[in-house]
Amino acid sequence: MTMQVNRRDLRQLSRGTPVRRVAVIRIVVVLAASAGLNYVIWRWAASVNWESWWIAVPLVLAETYSLIDSLLFGLGAWRIRERGDPPAPPAAHSADAVTVDVFITTFNEPVDLVMRTAQAALAIDYPHTTWILDDGDRLEVRDAAEALGIGVITRSTDWADRPRHAKAGNLNNALLTTAGEFVLVLDADQVPHPNILDRTLGYFKDPRMALVQTPQWFENVPASDPLGSQAPLFYGPIQQSKDGWNAAFFCGSNAVLRREALMQLGISRYVVDVERSVHRAIRTSRRLLARAREDAQGDRRVKLALRQAGEIVERARVELERGDGISDVTYRFQRGIDAIAVDRAGADIAMMRDDLRELAALSTDADEFSGIDDAALALLTARDTSPVAAIEAISMLASALDVDRGEEAQAIMPMATISVTEDMATSMRLHGLGWRSAYHGEILASGLAPEDLETMIGQRLRWAQGTMQVFFRENPMLQRRLSVGQRLMYFGTMWSYFSGFPALVYVTAPVLCLAFGVIPVTAYSLDFFARFIPFLLLNQLLFWVVAAGRPTWRGAQYSLALFPVWIESVTSAFKNVFLGQPLGFRVTSKTRLDGGRPRWDLVRPQLIVMAALVVALIVVGIRILVGQAEGIAPYVNIVWVIYDLAVFSIIIRAVLYRGPAATTKEKS
Amino acid sequence: MTSIDVREADGGVVLAPSGRLTVVTAPTLRATVAERIAAGDRLIIVDLSVTEFVDSSGLGALVSCLKSARQSGGDLRLVAPTEQVAMVLRMTNLDRILQPRPSVDDALRG
Repeated sequence: MTMQVNRRDLRQLSRGTPVRRVAVIRIVVVLAASAGLNYVIWRWAASVNWESWWIAVPLVLAETYSLIDSLLFGLGAWRIRERGDPPAPPAAHSADAVTVDVFITTFNEPVDLVMRTAQAALAIDYPHTTWILDDGDRLEVRDAAEALGIGVITRSTDWADRPRHAKAGNLNNALLTTAGEFVLVLDADQVPHPNILDRTLGYFKDPRMALVQTPQWFENVPASDPLGSQAPLFYGPIQQSKDGWNAAFFCGSNAVLRREALMQLGISRYVVDVERSVHRAIRTSRRLLARAREDAQGDRRVKLALRQAGEIVERARVELERGDGISDVTYRFQRGIDAIAVDRAGADIAMMRDDLRELAALSTDADEFSGIDDAALALLTARDTSPVAAIEAISMLASALDVDRGEEAQAIMPMATISVTEDMATSMRLHGLGWRSAYHGEILASGLAPEDLETMIGQRLRWAQGTMQVFFRENPMLQRRLSVGQRLMYFGTMWSYFSGFPALVYVTAPVLCLAFGVIPVTAYSLDFFARFIPFLLLNQLLFWVVAAGRPTWRGAQYSLALFPVWIESVTSAFKNVFLGQPLGFRVTSKTRLDGGRPRWDLVRPQLIVMAALVVALIVVGIRILVGQAEGIAPYVNIVWVIYDLAVFSIIIRAVLYRGPAATTKEKS
Repeated sequence: MTSIDVREADGGVVLAPSGRLTVVTAPTLRATVAERIAAGDRLIIVDLSVTEFVDSSGLGALVSCLKSARQSGGDLRLVAPTEQVAMVLRMTNLDRILQPRPSVDDALRG
């Protein structure tokens, strides 16, 4: 159904950031970009100390990385879109009213936590149906939900012995058993406000709108936010920047999605996957069958079956090239394979029949063995038990050359399953189909953030790994159906997760300089400062203007201080995608482990870095006192080290953090 | 609303969903196909000549019916889609997999 749209709605749908703010941002973007290019080009052209290339080159590479990061940030901000008030929702209880399913996804969260969210979901104003998607299939959840009159959805039997695909699978399963035109997705800990649908459904008056994402905000976090849980910059200017390029993306919770868009995506992906599987099977069939023929050695019957299979594949190839429907091609293929099965089984049975005849001749009761034929034939021709299935090559082809995606629980998988974070991949594909998204920056749900360092690190690692899986599997820069702006916006998010490598350089270079006098930059002179200082200041100014009063320091600290997590995310996702190794993924636990001792072991690399920075300061102090350190280089690096230490100090606070309850107690 | 007209044909069964085949009505189609397969039918022909509108959930139902038909050793074929339905099939590229036949007779022939 298309919704009624009036002039006011159209105005609100097209509303963005006030012109004056955009103008200021654009001026600063141009200045910061120019200063950045001016600095980094000079660094490459005139100031790399090639004598110490082994640190000089990594440093200039790291600086180039940061420049690209800053350019991508500026490019996003260029079109920042702060939407303000949303269009009114389609009137409830009227002909315009739309149907909405609210999905609460859970796996192992405590039952009271799930039910707290479920109760709030029931209380959402706009008419809707609430569902708990319990992937743990727990009796307690079912009982509690029943008491409230809420439906529980668990996996259908199709999922037994097939890949479960975690949360994406949970959502895909539920999408096929519900019927609402729109779906609000909530994590188990995200308690929705009653107006969440009234404030988001109006955006769907744009008939191409597929997704409205709202912020994830956490209520159990003290103002000092020692674990960096709130993401005011991301759930603010960064998503708003992406929104300006129609690239605001799904973050897994607190978002409303249009079912039609998801199902359309599911269908297109089904077609892509089946085509890919069939074409790959045909491409590789010749080699596969040839190898099987070699393995068969003297067995003439196996060889015959393989030759027949080869002919059937060849026929399928011709039919595909001719443009026949894949369903028909594969149907005829499967029939052909079945015919070989019957032939071979027939041969087996002929032999058996001879044996039986001999036995019967010995027996006094001629009827004793009749009837065995039919049973044996039925057994031998059933796909799984037939001798043809025993020829591995043929059964592999038979399962690849089909349209039922038998290896998956469902043929239609709307939520992407290529990544442990299904959300980003799904929205990228939706954008690829020409759908639109909106970021509505109003807090409409209150969540619970991890309360200890270990859980927090696990969660950040999972997000980063998921993003990197998408980077390696469906690189946004290669998606032809995305606009250049959309590609760069998705790429920008992925680019930021590579920061672990430059971070390593940013802490090593000053230590080497202070402790050993290794200087990676040839000229710490006026030339350097005249280029570096404007770059630094204009970048800070850009951040400050775009952030518009939101706190940014905590985020900046963690993007450097969690460098081991970012490095691990890149290496583990790489091994996962290209070498098929498991990620070592775990579901984030939202409950706190009480009474534990501070976990210094979790941050060993950071502690080593901090120790090295402190030692470097001491050593340079001595070197200056004995007159061994000359020039301005040591002083530049001392400032740099002090900055690094300030950044890393958050790690100490995070380890010592005892949760929000302890923080409140200290204050009172 | 959709009603599904069911008629026997030589070698198969013809299902003709009339009206709108959408998220609301798709379960009826799935249930009807499941019933016919359980009753022993193997060739399921979906006649789309009286289907005015299909959405992606409707297409999803066709795919899931194809899957059940195949898994029981049978097949599912589409026949004579109306203009809107043909357009949706093209737009999602589903016609590359399920290529519709012009008539029920063509579909029965293979």
